Amino acid sequence: MDFIAILSIFVLACFVGYYVVWSVTPALHTPLMAVTNAISSVIIVGALIAAAEANSPAAKYLGLFGVVLASINIFGGFAVTQRMLAMYKKKGK
Amino acid sequence: MSFSILASGAVGASATPAWAMLAYLVSGVFFILALRGLSSPATSQTGNRNGMIGMGIAVATTLITHEIANIIEILIAVGIGGAIGVVIARRIAMTAMPELVAGFHSLVGLAAVVVGFGAWLDPESFGIVDAAGQILSVSRVELGLGIAIGAITFSGSIIAFLKLSGRMSGSPIMLPGRHVINLGTLVAILALIGLYTVSPDGGAGEGWMIIAIAVLAFIIGFLLIIPIGGADMPVVVSMLNSYSGWAAAAMGFTLGNSAMIITGALVGSSGAILSYIMCRAMNRSFISVIAGGFGAAPEAGGAGGAREQRPYKQGSAEDAAYMLEQAEKVIIIPGYGMAVAQAQHALREMGDKLKEKGVEVKYAIHPVAGRMPGHMNVLLAEASVPYDEVFELEDINSEFAQCDVAFIIGANDVVNPAAKTDKSSPIYGMPVFDVEKAKQVFFIKRSMGGVGYAGVDNDVFYMNQTVMLLADAKKMVEEIVKSLD
Repeated sequence: MDFIAILSIFVLACFVGYYVVWSVTPALHTPLMAVTNAISSVIIVGALIAAAEANSPAAKYLGLFGVVLASINIFGGFAVTQRMLAMYKKKGK
Repeated sequence: MSFSILASGAVGASATPAWAMLAYLVSGVFFILALRGLSSPATSQTGNRNGMIGMGIAVATTLITHEIANIIEILIAVGIGGAIGVVIARRIAMTAMPELVAGFHSLVGLAAVVVGFGAWLDPESFGIVDAAGQILSVSRVELGLGIAIGAITFSGSIIAFLKLSGRMSGSPIMLPGRHVINLGTLVAILALIGLYTVSPDGGAGEGWMIIAIAVLAFIIGFLLIIPIGGADMPVVVSMLNSYSGWAAAAMGFTLGNSAMIITGALVGSSGAILSYIMCRAMNRSFISVIAGGFGAAPEAGGAGGAREQRPYKQGSAEDAAYMLEQAEKVIIIPGYGMAVAQAQHALREMGDKLKEKGVEVKYAIHPVAGRMPGHMNVLLAEASVPYDEVFELEDINSEFAQCDVAFIIGANDVVNPAAKTDKSSPIYGMPVFDVEKAKQVFFIKRSMGGVGYAGVDNDVFYMNQTVMLLADAKKMVEEIVKSLD
């Protein structure tokens, strides 16, 4: 994709982020941080490319290390968010 | 830099097929839905599942579109990381959530640095080389920025983690001339990124520049966070949250990957908005928080000794229990002290007992209570307090005039009327709870010695209707529960 197309997605996504995040209820701000943490580990895509297609051994091992780091975050982040969200209950349940 | 460089696609790299681009876009949409679900606790779990689906799509698409020679190694790496993550997520105490989040941020930062170096070592695989085998100029800027932001996020989050978990003192550490050092380092990083971008050989020959960018960014992340005090950590954690997003976005630009860019923008905005909310709730500017040093001065100035001794009333658990059961309406204000004492379960028991006796019980939460946004809400939820009994500052503040008892547990600055009346106070202008309007105030505090984070005395201690309950928060609440039987 060319740079301008990417930049367009980025700018529009910033606006989407702005409105979506303001609509998050303050009671859920901690789960919000946990889940944003998990999804920002989509950086694993970069780590996978480095690990898989490596023309250089150094890049491959860096990539594998990146995959470990991002996986901790992905699994840990979603699991801890799930654990927190399951605790929020309404009256009389 | 000419426009043609910006617009030109990668040469010689495996171009991403159209279906894969669409798949990444779908993944990005699922991430948006994940955050959207958090607008209410009722839809939040569906939201979280959407996040997992989005991640699954992104990972699967990447694996399918690249020739994977070493799938076993990759699966092992995912397995190791996943196991560590799940174990941590299951075992962590809810009170330790702020340091967990800070720790996770550091991992995102480090991952960004690692990916950045991977792309620099093997630019062909990332599709960022021009016809001459050089890394594209625009990609160099993205790489440099991605590595720098990632490194700042990493070292800054490590310091935040150490401070929040008590492995490092929460009080600000002030270096002489730190503003000059910080600005100088920042300028040096930007200059290096510029130099790297225009250098004739963007490959291995210029490795020292990329390494220097990373090292300087590690240092500045460390320097930026050490002067910031413990109770300003909600702002710091939010800010680092934002940085981890921008780091992911920078890498997304390098890869031309829409899932990463959308996520980066979402996370970046999210952290920035949370920082803003926290700053507004303290009536401080973002700059003053980042400059650090808040809450450090009084110790040096000997303000503790200068504080006049004023008379106050001290009560027992029995007194409190008696007054609480007579009340029609009780508002409970928890603060960081409740988290430290792990008093949330005892507090919920107390609330239940009071409700059985026909007392109306509500919880009031200040945006900066605790060490991260929403910290108190999670702890109360953990103790099975229904979320519809928990209210935000602006929604409940008008009710103190009609309430019989305001019950303050482990909070201090957020109920200090000096924020409304004393222009010389460091917390002046901060929105606070109007507890002085309540008929009766109970204030649980370990001792009269300590003052809140802001280091200012609190008139609420000495009011006619205030009874101080000087004890460990958990023990005191447990005794009140016993007396309520």
